[in-house]
Amino acid sequence: MIRELHNKLINHEITAVQLTEEYFARIENLDKDIFAYLTLMEKSALEQARKVDAKIAAGEEIGMLEGIPGAIKDNICIKGVRATASSKILDNYIAPYDATVIKNLKEAGAVFLGKANMDEFAMGSSTEKSGYGPTKNPHDLSRVPGGSSGGSAAAVASNEAVWALGTDTGGSIRQPASFCGVVGLKPTYGRVSRSGAIAMASSLDQIGPITKTVEDAAIVLSIISGRDNLDATSAKSFAKDYTEYLTGEVAGLKIGIVKGYLDNLSVEVKNSFEKVVEKYRELGAEIKEVELPNAKYSLPVYYIIMPCEVSSNLARFDGIKYGMRALDYKDTELDFIPEDRNLIETYLDTRRYGFGPEPKRRIMLGTYALSSGYYEAYYLRAQKVRTLIKQDFEKAFSEVDLILTPTTPTPAFKFGEKTKDPIQMYLEDVFTITANIVGVPAISVPGPEVEVDGKKLPQGFQLMGKWFDEENILRAAHAYEISSGATPVK
Amino acid sequence: MITKEEVRHIAGLARIGVDEKEVEKFAADLSAVLDWIEELKEVDVTGVEPTAHITGMENITKGDIEKDFSNKEGIVKLFPESKDGYDKVKSIL
Repeated sequence: MIRELHNKLINHEITAVQLTEEYFARIENLDKDIFAYLTLMEKSALEQARKVDAKIAAGEEIGMLEGIPGAIKDNICIKGVRATASSKILDNYIAPYDATVIKNLKEAGAVFLGKANMDEFAMGSSTEKSGYGPTKNPHDLSRVPGGSSGGSAAAVASNEAVWALGTDTGGSIRQPASFCGVVGLKPTYGRVSRSGAIAMASSLDQIGPITKTVEDAAIVLSIISGRDNLDATSAKSFAKDYTEYLTGEVAGLKIGIVKGYLDNLSVEVKNSFEKVVEKYRELGAEIKEVELPNAKYSLPVYYIIMPCEVSSNLARFDGIKYGMRALDYKDTELDFIPEDRNLIETYLDTRRYGFGPEPKRRIMLGTYALSSGYYEAYYLRAQKVRTLIKQDFEKAFSEVDLILTPTTPTPAFKFGEKTKDPIQMYLEDVFTITANIVGVPAISVPGPEVEVDGKKLPQGFQLMGKWFDEENILRAAHAYEISSGATPVK
Repeated sequence: MITKEEVRHIAGLARIGVDEKEVEKFAADLSAVLDWIEELKEVDVTGVEPTAHITGMENITKGDIEKDFSNKEGIVKLFPESKDGYDKVKSIL
């Protein structure tokens, strides 16, 4: 879709300003029902668009993403723009600098329509935990768009944005992409700089694109990836044009299906997945069974490592330097009396009233698991099991090039269906979580739709690749897309 | 599995104010998650090195070069309470 719009711009069929205005008109029309956006950036978007039009008028060449409007998840900082991570504790926070990915996108001439809704601090799989209200799935407004990048996925699916950025710590790009019928890519850990993204779990977080097509994801990935001095965990890698790898060919590629992964899935979801496997066979890929014996521990490993890192990363929200500061004093029960209650009150009350229940739950869990006496039993043990899971993947990738799984065990569920028991929600991430734990790249692509209660719903499949092998997952995803004639629903 | 006393202690460490009702809810929620995580105990991790960092990169450094931050006003504007350009906080001493 990006390429078509790019061609329209350079052929003078439409101006960048007209394109941006078209998207804002659609947002005005649809977003009261969908609620994908927390903050709109009309003034600056039109300024960005005007600059692109000036370049085109002057006969200058423009890049592929130049003038193309997108949405940015609200945990990524754009200088001068509100960034809340969907939390009341950052309700008044205006980011003082650009995230590195934003710098790259600005240099590429992209247009930012606004900041997209999400689960608070990226904690959730449905966007129901947003501090500002849930986003709705454009395919069925009674269902969740997924999370935590629900706003980003819904915006792309409803044509309120051409492309979007999300973040993925346990599946937060891929799962909403699957629920909303769009493409979502989590790059290899270290591929994309995390500088300027509000951190959740630093050893798991990655920023990535959510788009209509695989080619669009490749275009955005090419712009946002690369080594960054400001992120010590970003890998030595040079800018690459990922669209060059979209050959449409998968003959000879070895694709692994994980033993046991399809047990316990509904017939509908299984059928959708098996059609995808069949398509890859037709295209000439070799399908093999692989084993990931320790992958079944991915969820508990994640639900220790992630809260531990969260408890550290969210310690900075203390009402001191920025964000909400609770000024009313209320009694709290502590098992020790700190020397100066007044300063402590600032922390206790700010965090008590500023954080929603899910961040608090995870901070508490992490604090417990890291506390003296428990560190070895929980955090250290989880990191060792993490090594075992990584070794499983190393072994599997010596036998196959890619691993193919459903993205989610079900299509989009209804609002309220999973909120009573936190663990029910956590189980939604069963297929996506492993890629974050071992750091491999993974993409979710729309597969054959699944029927639930007489309604057809999107269902994504996931391709995981070797470390830093985004080329092959993009290539295979693209090959499926063009051969299955899947064109985005307008 | 996790007692209310432990919850109060953790809340104190995490600097999150809690009332009695919340203490009870956390005790229930956290116990449920900790029970679920118990299955990790069955894994044999003898001789396995922990993976703290998945890329295996080490000692990434950059020069200790002084640079002026271009948007100091942006930062000062964020102070919840300020006086004369300083961040005003409760007394520490």
